Amino acid sequence: MAILDDLQLSRREVMATGAAIGVATVPAAADAASGQPSIMKVSFTVNGQRQTLELDTRTTLLDALREHLKLTGSKKGCDHGQCGACTVIVDGRRINSCLSLAVMHEGDEVTTIEGLGSPEKLHPLQAAFVRHDGYQCGYCTPGQICSAKAVLDEIKAGVPSHVTADLTAKIQFSEDELRERMSGNICRCGAYSNIVAAVAEVAEGKA
Amino acid sequence: MKFDTPATTNPIDQLKVVGKPVDRIDGPMKTTGRAPYAYERHDAIPDIAYGYVVGASIAKGRIASMDLSRAKAAPGVLAIVTAAEAGKLTKGDFNTAMLLGGPEIQHYHQAVAVVVAQTFEQARAAANLVKVEYVRSKGSFDLASAKDGATKPKDGGPDSAVGDFDAAFAAAPVTLDETYTTPDHGHAMMEPHASIAAWKGDKLSLWTSNQMIAWGAGDVAKTLGIPRENVRLMSPFIGGGFGGKLFVRAEAILAALGAKAAGRPVKVALTRPLMFNNTTHRPATIQRIRIGTDRDGRITAIGHESWSGDLPGGGPETAVQQTRLLYAGANRMTRTRLAVLDLPEGNAMRAPGEAPGLMALEVAVDEMAEKLGMDPIDFRILNDTQVDPEKPSRPFSQRRLNECLRTGADKFGWSRRSRTPGQTRDGRWLVGMGVAAAFRNNLVMKSAARVRLETSGVVTVETDMTDIGTGSYTIIAQTAAEMMGVPLTRVNVRLGDSSFPVSAGSGGQWGANSSTAGVYAACMKLREAVAGKLGLDPATAEFADGRVRVGNQSLPLEKAAAQGPVTAEDFMEYGDLTKTHQQSTFGGHFVEVGVDADTAEIRIRRMLAVCAAGRILNPKSARSQVIGAMVMGAGAALMEELVVDKRIGFFANHDLAGYEVPVHADIPHQEVIFLDETDPMSSPMKAKGVGELGICGVGAAVANAVYNATGVRVREYPVTLDKLLEGMPVLA
Amino acid sequence: MRAFSYERAKSPREAAAAVAADPTARFIAGGTNLLDLMKLEIETPARLVDVNGLKLDEIAPTKDGGLRIGALVRNTDMAADKRVRKDYGVLSRALLAGASGQLRNKATTAGNLLQRTRCPYFYDTNMPCNKRTPGAGCSAIGGFTRTLAVLGASEACIATHPSDMAVALRLLDAKVETVTPDGTERSIPIADFHRLPGDTPQVETALARGELITAVTLPKPIGGTHAYRKVRDRASYAFALVSVASVIHKDGSGRIALGGVAHKPWRVEAAESALPRGARAISEGLLAGARTTSQNAFKLTLAERAIGAALAQARA
Repeated sequence: MAILDDLQLSRREVMATGAAIGVATVPAAADAASGQPSIMKVSFTVNGQRQTLELDTRTTLLDALREHLKLTGSKKGCDHGQCGACTVIVDGRRINSCLSLAVMHEGDEVTTIEGLGSPEKLHPLQAAFVRHDGYQCGYCTPGQICSAKAVLDEIKAGVPSHVTADLTAKIQFSEDELRERMSGNICRCGAYSNIVAAVAEVAEGKA
Repeated sequence: MKFDTPATTNPIDQLKVVGKPVDRIDGPMKTTGRAPYAYERHDAIPDIAYGYVVGASIAKGRIASMDLSRAKAAPGVLAIVTAAEAGKLTKGDFNTAMLLGGPEIQHYHQAVAVVVAQTFEQARAAANLVKVEYVRSKGSFDLASAKDGATKPKDGGPDSAVGDFDAAFAAAPVTLDETYTTPDHGHAMMEPHASIAAWKGDKLSLWTSNQMIAWGAGDVAKTLGIPRENVRLMSPFIGGGFGGKLFVRAEAILAALGAKAAGRPVKVALTRPLMFNNTTHRPATIQRIRIGTDRDGRITAIGHESWSGDLPGGGPETAVQQTRLLYAGANRMTRTRLAVLDLPEGNAMRAPGEAPGLMALEVAVDEMAEKLGMDPIDFRILNDTQVDPEKPSRPFSQRRLNECLRTGADKFGWSRRSRTPGQTRDGRWLVGMGVAAAFRNNLVMKSAARVRLETSGVVTVETDMTDIGTGSYTIIAQTAAEMMGVPLTRVNVRLGDSSFPVSAGSGGQWGANSSTAGVYAACMKLREAVAGKLGLDPATAEFADGRVRVGNQSLPLEKAAAQGPVTAEDFMEYGDLTKTHQQSTFGGHFVEVGVDADTAEIRIRRMLAVCAAGRILNPKSARSQVIGAMVMGAGAALMEELVVDKRIGFFANHDLAGYEVPVHADIPHQEVIFLDETDPMSSPMKAKGVGELGICGVGAAVANAVYNATGVRVREYPVTLDKLLEGMPVLA
Repeated sequence: MRAFSYERAKSPREAAAAVAADPTARFIAGGTNLLDLMKLEIETPARLVDVNGLKLDEIAPTKDGGLRIGALVRNTDMAADKRVRKDYGVLSRALLAGASGQLRNKATTAGNLLQRTRCPYFYDTNMPCNKRTPGAGCSAIGGFTRTLAVLGASEACIATHPSDMAVALRLLDAKVETVTPDGTERSIPIADFHRLPGDTPQVETALARGELITAVTLPKPIGGTHAYRKVRDRASYAFALVSVASVIHKDGSGRIALGGVAHKPWRVEAAESALPRGARAISEGLLAGARTTSQNAFKLTLAERAIGAALAQARA
């Protein structure tokens, strides 16, 4: 099923190992592309509030949150599932909201960073991030915190990871487990060491 | 205020707030997702349309024709702007290539159009309908082959020479002559370049993500050909920059042009796959280092040459910089050469010059120590200099490199390191330790601020300084709190707005010291004004605990604002102290790596930095700067490489799956030690920068540790497993 | 991304029929790869058929002592399943070595099998690519090839398959169960599921148009020491340079499959008889016919050494 419609795809070609001067060819794009957007209604809960939206089917969950619900805490870092800044929790599981269509979340419960706490009433993880300076520019931070919350739940639920030594034993919290499980959240400022300290503090109940 | 004599005792020295590891004041907003970044200003402006950038699909040549008809007819499209209809655009002072290309194309993914539509989805789809025909011309894409044609750059003192390097090197009993390469690096900050533009008449408001507001406002005006006073830039939160947001980039100009064409506010973010070739990067280097010593290890000759490339009109990567100052030696030379390359624009990235320069120099020093049979720390200490080695009458204002190295050696357990490589084993891991010196100059920049005592007693600070994750909000608040004698909670800091006084901005690790010095100057003026209002002698007034006191007389601070806010504005500028004294920051990086004996996978096990960088204004946020820079240095050492496809002329791995930067699992717990230090030559703050010091030398420390673990010396970064495999132990 | 209509399928057969009847239609499940590619217009469906509601998300024992893993079981759940962890450790390990926690929470069994290559030239639509446009040429050949194929490649394509899970399934002799538009059920041995590129690199699997994967079945457990060794520059969240799936028995016999080296999971059963004689011995057969570039030749050394490590680990 993967592959049969590729013939339509070519556009803006360049020559691979070009002669010094060449004219790049530009075949016409496929007809399907001029199509009108398909609009659909979708309802889901965000941070406990029921939301109903009429959306272009192309709208990702991330853009529905950021552009339509104006919940801009979830960030767009790459829009391709390669950075984790868009991490939100859907029905208790963390996902990359940039790689999920909003219309695929009918009836779902979505929790974003805004739903975890507020500046006046920080979630323990948010407070720990502040205390440990587990962020710098702040752009990956909401994703890190949403991910961390889900990671702690995953460990409790016994989900193993790449660094779990014994797949058949009970999963124990450790900083190595945390580092592996948090690796889908890139922090280019390099706050990793502080993030691990912050999350470990909450995990170990010291917060 | 002018700073031209060394600082004496001043209100900052009280250290009631400054110097304390306080939590960031913007932390609760950032950790709850409430801090608004450039693309997110629903609060500031309604009815925003979406722009999507089309990038060139060739590296060099020109546009033969563009067909916009299908894109224009696509649903929701409001406007399309290309160079043909943009009107005259002028290249900004800080740009090398045009931000909107056409008809000439200067590099791959140079913007050639912006498509504006009602929704993001419509703009993206329509952008893919823009048809462009190009005529390609031959470009130069390979630094190694362009090296021999490289020329002396116009600016920046490309050559230096003291004594007779050639003779001394020829005569030296122990010598090293090696060549090292560093690849192109991407900033890869997490927030893509993003802007919202809105016109009101001929006035442009731009919510953007930019490190240098005044440069940015100037270049937006210049590019668009409008008066500078008609441009307002706002950049209160910036999702990382690292030098990649020092300059106005395509999305800002295209948002402005798109908004004008659409008659509506427009927002544009660069897509991640476009960013690596569309924006700037740290240029690759080829570096030749020659060191000659006497038999005791004293350097008699040191030479460093560097080649890099850039587009015509661009500049070199100044990788030889630190070699002029870091070690003693009577006979010295450096040489910087620049080749023309038709790759995307090279420019500053965190510690430009020193970051790649030390990746080479500090491996060369490690190699030299080994040739001499010396411990690499002893070799460095032996060749320390307390004066500018090119001009011995000029001392360093402070230089405690030796102490950094000794302290680090002690804390890190350096004595446990086996001097013979490949000797230490921990299970499947070959273990090694590496060290490198960290060095980065301390630059001081003029910086202004406005401070206002509100009727409520709150002190408001306004400056166009930016906080790119560095902690500017917090250290500026600490400075104002210290100066005005109020708690941190009574300071309100507003940053990143071109309507505020012009600051140093965030670059070159000058931001912390320079911007707080500007706040210091403004606060000195405010103290005078407040004392005047209260009828107190400004010269002897003490500001503490929310009160102003002279002798037995003590009045509440806010009383001065009883009739209305009291405002003061000033700047700090600098005299000759940077000329009479060399101001630099120093450190020692210590790294332990494990290299898998079978697969040669390299994993960092421990990292320590010891830094001497003047007064540390906030040890918590300063530590973060250093650990973050160490992470970036680890990336440069082990994985980061924008791979040039030399046939096509582009960076082939142009997304975050292809251009790997470190993830959590790559980075162990990191330690940072700041030596207790003040530098009265730097400013009344007695502080210097640390944000770039932290990356300087890390890469070499990692590479040296890999050598110590394996006995394989890699001189072409990144140090990846494929370069080690042949030298690994025979399979068991 | 081009506009598309979206519908939720009610039964596997209906879904298959819908996609079979409409050349512009595609299935969507986790979406983590498809949406990535749609944003770049590498994939351009005009109609998406959402199969998430099809209740294909169970893991159940089979009559012959194996496991049947539903097509919609999320990667996280397959990796965490107690039976998989106990009896098919290599599969759990392979899954956990892939992607990130977030992606594994969404990605499905079937979607993982159908992942498309991470070749950088495939991902840049300005570059000619025989997968995207058959006959256009391959820009990867002669370009940046460090991560690309060293085995089974062709003049038309040197892409690798990015899946870790599929390497373990190949090792375990899994079968891919499908339903075709007319309701016929098929069971495709994993060895025949993925294809080598040949002259038609755009044809990546044995699936017919509209054919829907419903499950993957594992034969009964084979015992032995299970390991999945994924070698990469970055410690996590990165595709393999080379990966080795292995099951080694006490007598030194066993199975080896490689990832990151070819257009499909790479296993040469005939070479496995050499396994008791060590990594070099099996590598001779396993890596026979390799064609490398200066950038990716290291993969052969690396594969052999990683196999050696797996053997040593199994002995320990």
